[in-house]
Amino acid sequence: MIDFVWLWTVILGTGVFLYVLLDGFDLGVGILYGFAPDTPARNLVMNSIAPVWDGNETWLVLGGVALLAAFPLAFAIILPALYFPILVMLLALVFRGVAFEFRFRDAEHRTFWDHAFNYGSVVATFAQGVVLGSFIQGFKVDGRHFAGGSFDFLTPFSVFTGLALVFGYALLGAGWLILKTEGDLQAWARRLGRWALLGTLVGIGVVSIWTPLMDKGIADRWFTWPDIAFLSPVPIITLLIAFGEWRALAGRREVAPFIAAIGLFVMSYVGIAISLWPMIVPHAYTLWQAASSPDTQVFMLLGTLFLLPVILVYTSWSYWVFRGKVRADIGYH
Amino acid sequence: MHLDPLLLSRLQFVWVVAFHILLPAFTVGLASYIATLEGIHFFTGKDIYFRISNFWIRIFAVSFGMGVVSGVIMPFQFGTNWSRFSDATANVLSPLLAYEGLTAFFLEASFLGVLLFGRKLVPRWAHFGSALMVALGTLFSTFWILATNSWMQTPQGYKIVDGRFFPVDWIAIIFNPSFPYRFFHTVVAFYITTGFVVLAVGAMFILRRRYVEEGRIMLSMTLWLLTALVPLQVFLGDLHGLNTLKYQPAKLAAIEAHWNKEARAPLILFALPDEQAQTNHAVVQIPDWGSLILTHDPNGVVPGLKEFPAQDVPPVAIPFFSFRIMVGIGILMLAVVIAGLFLRLRRKLYDTGWFLKACELASPAGFLAVLAGWTTTEVGRQPWTVYGLLRTADSVSPSLSGGDVLVSLLAYMVVYLIMFPAGAFLILRILRSGMPAATQEAAVESGRPKAPVVAPPEAAT
Ligand code: HDD
Ligand code: HEM
Ligand code: HEM
Repeated sequence: MIDFVWLWTVILGTGVFLYVLLDGFDLGVGILYGFAPDTPARNLVMNSIAPVWDGNETWLVLGGVALLAAFPLAFAIILPALYFPILVMLLALVFRGVAFEFRFRDAEHRTFWDHAFNYGSVVATFAQGVVLGSFIQGFKVDGRHFAGGSFDFLTPFSVFTGLALVFGYALLGAGWLILKTEGDLQAWARRLGRWALLGTLVGIGVVSIWTPLMDKGIADRWFTWPDIAFLSPVPIITLLIAFGEWRALAGRREVAPFIAAIGLFVMSYVGIAISLWPMIVPHAYTLWQAASSPDTQVFMLLGTLFLLPVILVYTSWSYWVFRGKVRADIGYH
Repeated sequence: MHLDPLLLSRLQFVWVVAFHILLPAFTVGLASYIATLEGIHFFTGKDIYFRISNFWIRIFAVSFGMGVVSGVIMPFQFGTNWSRFSDATANVLSPLLAYEGLTAFFLEASFLGVLLFGRKLVPRWAHFGSALMVALGTLFSTFWILATNSWMQTPQGYKIVDGRFFPVDWIAIIFNPSFPYRFFHTVVAFYITTGFVVLAVGAMFILRRRYVEEGRIMLSMTLWLLTALVPLQVFLGDLHGLNTLKYQPAKLAAIEAHWNKEARAPLILFALPDEQAQTNHAVVQIPDWGSLILTHDPNGVVPGLKEFPAQDVPPVAIPFFSFRIMVGIGILMLAVVIAGLFLRLRRKLYDTGWFLKACELASPAGFLAVLAGWTTTEVGRQPWTVYGLLRTADSVSPSLSGGDVLVSLLAYMVVYLIMFPAGAFLILRILRSGMPAATQEAAVESGRPKAPVVAPPEAAT
């Protein structure tokens, strides 16, 4: 029989990655929003993502239910284990989501909604980073349940990954803004992008050293012969992309900064996948042990294989409708 | 004090789902209404429908935003607070939730952007098409989430291995016995809910003598719709009740506050159910009519709560009263549409002050009926999450302490108590500010959006 777990791993992996990229850049735009010089700039920055943020966040829902559908045991263990980071993330997303509409409608409290949008983005990102860090650390499991405490997630490592992700998303956000803006605003995005890049690189570097130190299995995977030979391109390519990103941010190119930022995320993602493979509940269950029943997977697959391409087509169309630079030369400001 | 994570998780679920449902209750209907207006405008070219549509699109944008953020919270509740439920039911229920995402949420989200900001960027047919897609998305969403919930009410098509549910027959799972009833009764409820809001706004415009022409169209269109849907809803509700009698007799006995299984049962209009003594006080009832309504035969036998083991009996007072609130509101709605029909035939629809006033007052009726109906459904299902098979007490996440859930519940309460009143306030303000003038009909200038939606000039500096 065909092993559907492979397929679902790829689908879920792609879905989560698309979420990280798409909501990553619009959360990043929200992070940079706090540094915007004035109201017209803030209007433009927010408008650059207004038509697309809802679709981007939908990938979060899909990631959540796809995890439930493909690896229910992982869902049932990981979500209670991350009770508080998830709570904080969801509430931050509420503030940030309503801020789009409310900011433009509620002029008296504009500053409040500006903060809601900015801090909401920062806090949601930080919480997602903490989720990532806790995931790498692994969970205490008893049978089919999470057996640790609700604050086990909180360690220096997970706080660090939280901060690192704030810089990472800010970098994606800067890439997006360089694409969508011009002139002073673009120069501003490039400046902030360089700071974000520095933070991101420190983040990637420290996590790459810290993870193998934390976990002997991961250290063995990366540093034993012959694996080290196969895996050494990962850090090397990452460094090359980082160099390219720095030049792109400093230069005039408009698309390259976004692409290179995506490249850095791809490499980090690959690195984490190599470290954790084949665990879906680190230290406890593999992908195969946590998978849902073949009937469930097949039923889901039938629809997914048909619907995902359709979704990608009309999502691309809606991006295409709003292509080009955001402009503010005419308007109410 | 002992904090019970189960009780607190239940309160938390009620809190987040009850706020969430208010928005679909409004946006499902509104999306269809906007698609209809866009369609009429597209085919007839009449400007007034375009103005009305733009007006409602602004309100839709705010409501939809709140619907999305409160909705994103929902699936995570299943994992964080109900992990044992998730583990036990995932093989059966997760594809339904996933299909909701795949068929509905992406459709809504992608075409929403074009509906709100794209009027000048895409051809007219594409804009109308986007309105249709958004409306379709909301209905797909309702379809899947109600299939999920209905399976929990009337499970079938599964097998149980090691205490977990596994799929056997997908068609049976999706089209489980209570699903068609719940689906149609709920969709009609949502259309009615939106209908009464539009009706109230139309009446308000006529009464205030502002935008009278638009007000008349709103009033007239929706009143026709409601004249058809409200009686239909009463009929569907009756069918729904019969289905409940068949598959969830304990719930039905609680709704009716029937303690003894009996033939020629009375219809209890009002009572104070006493769950300790297993009896009713202060009863107002009509003899024989209980059997007549439920079995369509005065000699029919209806179930009583005493025939069920004590640990399987739902609370009585809550479903009893919430059901009566829903039906009471349904009857009031019926009165409004009959009065409207009567006035329309006498050509006095637009200038009967008391009727317009009544329409204004009826605006929250649908929301209240929806909440009351769901309370009946869900509390009546207790003590089970999967009826007869998985107890609510065995569904909760084992790792949570009462303190954890108390903190999260308080956090949800604080955030929602800021967010929802703020949203309601903004919607009221848009309603008051009235029709957008022709010059600010779309938030798009020089081909690019400049504000998430049509912002009135004073608010967009
Ligand atoms: C506009 C809203 C509205 C109105 C006017 C009514 N209902 Fe309703 N009712 C709902 C909105 C609703 C609902 C909120 O949508 C529920 C909750 C679950 C469901 O399927 O629909 C519901 C549930 C519900 C149930 C519970 C079924 C179950 O889960 O076991 C019954 C028996 C009825 N309804 C019956 C009626 C009757 C006899 C009505 C006649 C006046 C009526 N409803 C009017
Ligand atoms: C949308 C309108 C809904 C409302 C107003 C609502 C309301 C409620 C209420 C009042 C309870 C608590 C009953 C009690 O504890 O005594 C409850 C429980 C529950 N509902 Fe719903 N519900 C809704 C829809 C749904 C849907 C669509 C699902 C599933 C897909 C669902 C899943 C659950 C679960 C898992 C519980 C168990 C937790 C508990 O008992 O509190 N609900 N709901
Ligand atoms: C009768 C019950 C429910 C109905 C009819 C319903 C319907 C809808 C609709 C129509 C939307 C689109 C947003 C809007 O129109 O405001 C929505 C949003 C959402 N709902 Fe519900 N819902 C219900 C309960 C639930 C429950 C119990 C869950 C949890 C699994 C849930 C999960 C979501 C999510 C995740 C979204 C956000 C979608 C997005 O990202 O665009 N809903 N719901």
